[in-house]
Amino acid sequence: MQALDRKLLRDFKRLWVQALAIAMVLACGVSILLTAVGMYQALQGTQEAYYGRNRFADVFATARRAPVSLLPEIAAVEGVLALEARVSGFANLDMPGRAKGAVGRILSLPESGPPQLNLPVLRSGHWPQLPGEVAVNAPFALANGLVPGDRFLATLDGRQRQLTVTGTALSPEFIYTLGPGALMPDNLSFGVLWMLREEAEAAYDMAGAFNDLTLKTARGVQEEEVIARLDELLEPYGGQGAVGRAQHSSHAIVDAEISQMKGTAMVLPPIFFGISAFLVSMVMSRIVALERSEIGLLKAVGYSDAEVCLHYLMLAALVALAGIAIGWAAGTWLAQLLARQYAFYFDFPFLIYRVSPWAYALSALAALLTTTAGAARAALRAARLAPAVAMQPPAPPRFKHSAADRLMRRLRLSQPVIMILRSLLRWPLRSAMTGLGLALAVASVVASSFFADALDEIMDTAFYQSNRQDAVVMFTDDQPERVLEEIRALPGVLQAEGQQYAAAILRHGPRMKRVTIEARVPDPDLSRVVASDGSVANAGPGGILLSERLAEQLGAVPGTLVEVQFTSGRRETRQLPVTGTVKQYFGLGAYMDHASLNALFRQAPQYSAASIAIDPSRQDALFTRLKALPAVAGVPVMTDMRRSFREVIAQQVIVMNMVYITIAVLITIGVAYNGARIQLSERARELASLRILGFSRREVSFILAGEMMLLAVLAQPPGWLIGAAIARLAVENFSSDVYTIPLVLEPAAFAGASLIVLAAALCSVLIVRRRLDRMDLVAVMKTRE
Amino acid sequence: MADPVFTMKGVTKVYDTGGAKVHALAGVDLELPGGELAVLLGPSGSGKSTLLNILGGLDHVTDGRVWFRDLELTAMRDRELTRYRRDHVGFIFQFYNLVPSLTARENVQLVTDVARDPMPAAEALELVGLGHRMDHFPAEMSGGEQQRVAIARAIAKRPGVLLCDEPTGALDSKTGIQVLEALHQINRDFGTATVVITHNADIQKIAHRVIYFQDGRISRIQENIERLAPADISW
Repeated sequence: MQALDRKLLRDFKRLWVQALAIAMVLACGVSILLTAVGMYQALQGTQEAYYGRNRFADVFATARRAPVSLLPEIAAVEGVLALEARVSGFANLDMPGRAKGAVGRILSLPESGPPQLNLPVLRSGHWPQLPGEVAVNAPFALANGLVPGDRFLATLDGRQRQLTVTGTALSPEFIYTLGPGALMPDNLSFGVLWMLREEAEAAYDMAGAFNDLTLKTARGVQEEEVIARLDELLEPYGGQGAVGRAQHSSHAIVDAEISQMKGTAMVLPPIFFGISAFLVSMVMSRIVALERSEIGLLKAVGYSDAEVCLHYLMLAALVALAGIAIGWAAGTWLAQLLARQYAFYFDFPFLIYRVSPWAYALSALAALLTTTAGAARAALRAARLAPAVAMQPPAPPRFKHSAADRLMRRLRLSQPVIMILRSLLRWPLRSAMTGLGLALAVASVVASSFFADALDEIMDTAFYQSNRQDAVVMFTDDQPERVLEEIRALPGVLQAEGQQYAAAILRHGPRMKRVTIEARVPDPDLSRVVASDGSVANAGPGGILLSERLAEQLGAVPGTLVEVQFTSGRRETRQLPVTGTVKQYFGLGAYMDHASLNALFRQAPQYSAASIAIDPSRQDALFTRLKALPAVAGVPVMTDMRRSFREVIAQQVIVMNMVYITIAVLITIGVAYNGARIQLSERARELASLRILGFSRREVSFILAGEMMLLAVLAQPPGWLIGAAIARLAVENFSSDVYTIPLVLEPAAFAGASLIVLAAALCSVLIVRRRLDRMDLVAVMKTRE
Repeated sequence: MADPVFTMKGVTKVYDTGGAKVHALAGVDLELPGGELAVLLGPSGSGKSTLLNILGGLDHVTDGRVWFRDLELTAMRDRELTRYRRDHVGFIFQFYNLVPSLTARENVQLVTDVARDPMPAAEALELVGLGHRMDHFPAEMSGGEQQRVAIARAIAKRPGVLLCDEPTGALDSKTGIQVLEALHQINRDFGTATVVITHNADIQKIAHRVIYFQDGRISRIQENIERLAPADISW
């Protein structure tokens, strides 16, 4: 090993605490980049492979009942490569040993060979071969402890039958499986059941017909044109409007996660790399200043400018290597954590949850470039330093008189305070960058802690103000009004309110949106639409009430006439005025008055579902009765949903907050510790002189700690602002047609963030203060500056 | 007289320190014969260090020309000057300029790693009587020992010329003499031309030639017919 390399290693060893503080910040960037890029690639790769192998469809359509004879015509539509017509329906399942029922989505399997599209993957057992046999989706089987050979009761279109499980399967259509009315996957109460077409036809009265159609389109085909043509063809048969993959709920959620990973990879790591580059730059500048005469010596003995430059770049590279090592370890762990989360939410038949070597290489390269960029200025200065000049002591820093001095004099500040302020003003860029680093630490906590408050707000609004029912009884078909009386008569039902659903396409100018309109009786008590002021919002007779997000997408405001094309019921198109907009966090809500909707349809009032309040002591009896009712398609239990939502979200929020607080602390330590160390190094003689002049340790520490803590305090307001801006950005990014997240910024979140960062800064400075206390005054005074 | 190791013609060096121009060297003509030990004497600011820096390829002239043997230093670019320092020049500084994080041996290796035909670092340290202190860090050595490490570092490359800037300036008389003995020995045994800057007039007695500086000019040059051994002088 060359002597210069040995110097390098010893310098690194001497600087290890500072190097580690920087390496930790760098490691944050490396690990997040590694995780985000790795998971992005893994998810996308897995999704693509799965879709490709199992021929995931491009267009999805449903109809009331279309004849099979229509299929050749659909197949002939330009751009259609393949199609699969199925019989689909919901079934009310009675799982053995459980009072609460489950909802099953029945899908027919062709009699002759495997389906053309959305090929399910068999995980165990075999495909059904006889009537009464079904394959179920694997997560449902797992949650309910079903194995091939197990039996359960199911009510299909009002008729109960016994089904035997022959196997378990997964499908590209159900990577993220949401039951009707559910906000999160619940494998216990929702399952997919594949049965032979003949049996499904019989169950749903679909002989020679289909009600579910999926298409594969050719590459480069305008999807909208295929959809428009398909809608035309299905229109006479109760077509409910075809959609592309973008509106396929499983696909949309997986895609949202993929693009979120991509966003994370592009937004967060650059922040950490930026801070690391600044820290490297600050430390390297100081090292070059301290080693001025050594640089002169190296040049005097014949080392070239390039060799000197490289020497300092290598020192930075060692910091990068430490950061990369820590970042890789943390990133690999984080990726595994995330992979476990994905495994929980997403059902893939194979796992490509492996971070590719390419992602490791990319994150390492980014870290190396960062530190090189940070060290470049100092290293170049070392290279450019003329040897004769380098051997001379540096000129003392130039302090100039300014308006600030006059102000300080007028304020009669003490000398230590003046020293602190002058030092801040003398290096304004460094002060600003240090402040910015600390502000980003504050922002990191603000931007993550807002999430908990936002979720509390969502929970409160969605579950305790809007959806206050204990369960929703969903009917197989719209039922006449008297069904509510029957529901109220069931054991344990304290209260029941009806809702009616109508699928529709809303249009305003060139904009259109497919929604399900909910019709409600005025001033309901259980399932309510709540305005931001807490009052119950009603659509009012003859109008339509829209969620803010939907109104925004349509470009509609209260008073706007929107075209409502009903794709169910009488399938008529009407112009309806928007009577109001309301803030909502889940879905794209559209509401009408129950009486008005039925009047529009010129029919007696009907209900698609009933919200109920339950007496807990009698709920088992109720669920047992509900399972046996032929008209009931399923009973999503809101209390279960609330509990699982809260549990899952709470856990995620805790993990997320821990991660961001750790990040904030690491940034603060990186910035504050290095900043204080550099100050100590620059001012060692000055501070030692003060001690010799009779200043106490406390007074001298005040100067050292004062500058950093003043910067830390000054960094709070910009930190709050940046944090709020990041939170706003996050809200916009997270929000989709499925969820909207409110921006809830409580004073406590700001205070908490400041407390964490100020405490971490103070600890960092106090660690440096210990060095100051141990300083050998005489030795410091003797050193040559 | 032996072939000159350095030849300077009309060398001036002007420093521009923010408005005021300082003439560090004001037209110096000088020839230094090879194999000699020359002492540059003069008060602070007389131009001795500037001259040494220019001879060592650390600094550029404002005007005039300088040759090392038949290499014209004033015609060289930075890259060539680096090469020149690497191959031919050994420096010794008043404050030793050792790298604190390297041991004595490693400080010498710093040079032997890049020199064309160096002697082993251990041999160079033996030559200055530090064979037993090779693995000590600078902080573990006395000033005299540190300066001898610096000498070992300078001679390890078998330089054509040794340039010493106040080599005893930071040392007491006894250790200063030990250092001068080392320099004397190198000059005698290897015939390495040695230039020593000092403002200690007693040191001139060990030199072949004494060059007096005053206000950026050579005021006179004196050749010593009789030289004293370092052990015979004191201050």
